[in-house]
Amino acid sequence: MMQVFDYIEVKVPAKPQYVGVARLAISGLASRVGFTYDEIEDLKIAASEALTNAVQHAYDDGKAGEVILGCAIYEDRLEIVVTDHGQSFDFEETKKKVGPYQDWNEESPLREGGLGLYLMETLMDEVKVDHGEGVIVFMTKYLGRERGEGHVKSTVFS
Amino acid sequence: MNLQVEQIDKDLVHNFKIIGEIDIYTAPKLKEHLASLEQAEGMEVELDLSEVNYMDSTGLGVFVGFYKEVTANNGSLVIKGLNQRLYRLFEITGLNEIMQIEQAEGGEDDASV
Repeated sequence: MMQVFDYIEVKVPAKPQYVGVARLAISGLASRVGFTYDEIEDLKIAASEALTNAVQHAYDDGKAGEVILGCAIYEDRLEIVVTDHGQSFDFEETKKKVGPYQDWNEESPLREGGLGLYLMETLMDEVKVDHGEGVIVFMTKYLGRERGEGHVKSTVFS
Repeated sequence: MNLQVEQIDKDLVHNFKIIGEIDIYTAPKLKEHLASLEQAEGMEVELDLSEVNYMDSTGLGVFVGFYKEVTANNGSLVIKGLNQRLYRLFEITGLNEIMQIEQAEGGEDDASV
């Protein structure tokens, strides 16, 4: 496995007004990593969708928790984890836990926000979700990859 | 991280200009603004998104809800002034085939970069 180059974590209260703050962080980071303007916009939307879900999930549970946006920067890609687990988490461990989209159950809060999920799937190269104690979204975007390349589309409803 | 909604009615057409970012924080405000418009039979509404610099599914959700309301009263809704980015969101979700969506002139122009 290739080593993580750098890891950046942003923790914000699970409240709607902070989603835009975390989005700004992703925007700056994606720009620093070298993504194109369109790719940065894709990353902003995908990350916001995951953050929005996490905030809504926290709200539904009536807990004033925190949302963590974790970003691992590799040579060829950016990996993003969004979780509503309050405490810090182990990025590598979390990565092992998340499964493909097909495994979710119907009660998943992400199902309700189907449009947001669809956007994440479309805008990122890879999206995985774990719905255990909280919701964890794990997604990857590769540098310098043409849109539509790879398996992006085929994973959405297959 | 702000949203502004200006209502400029021309003749019988209700025209809303939306300025800023539409996300989980601002979408409820947008929804409220649009809901304040009293629904009338056959009314025409135009939403100008030319100065919206960010939008995600929360915005699409508001527009879909509003579209349903307007069409339920035999009215019409036009969403106009979309830049390439915003248009793409309507396109990949297939909403451009259901709703009347108009791109901004000089589509490629992303002057806000």
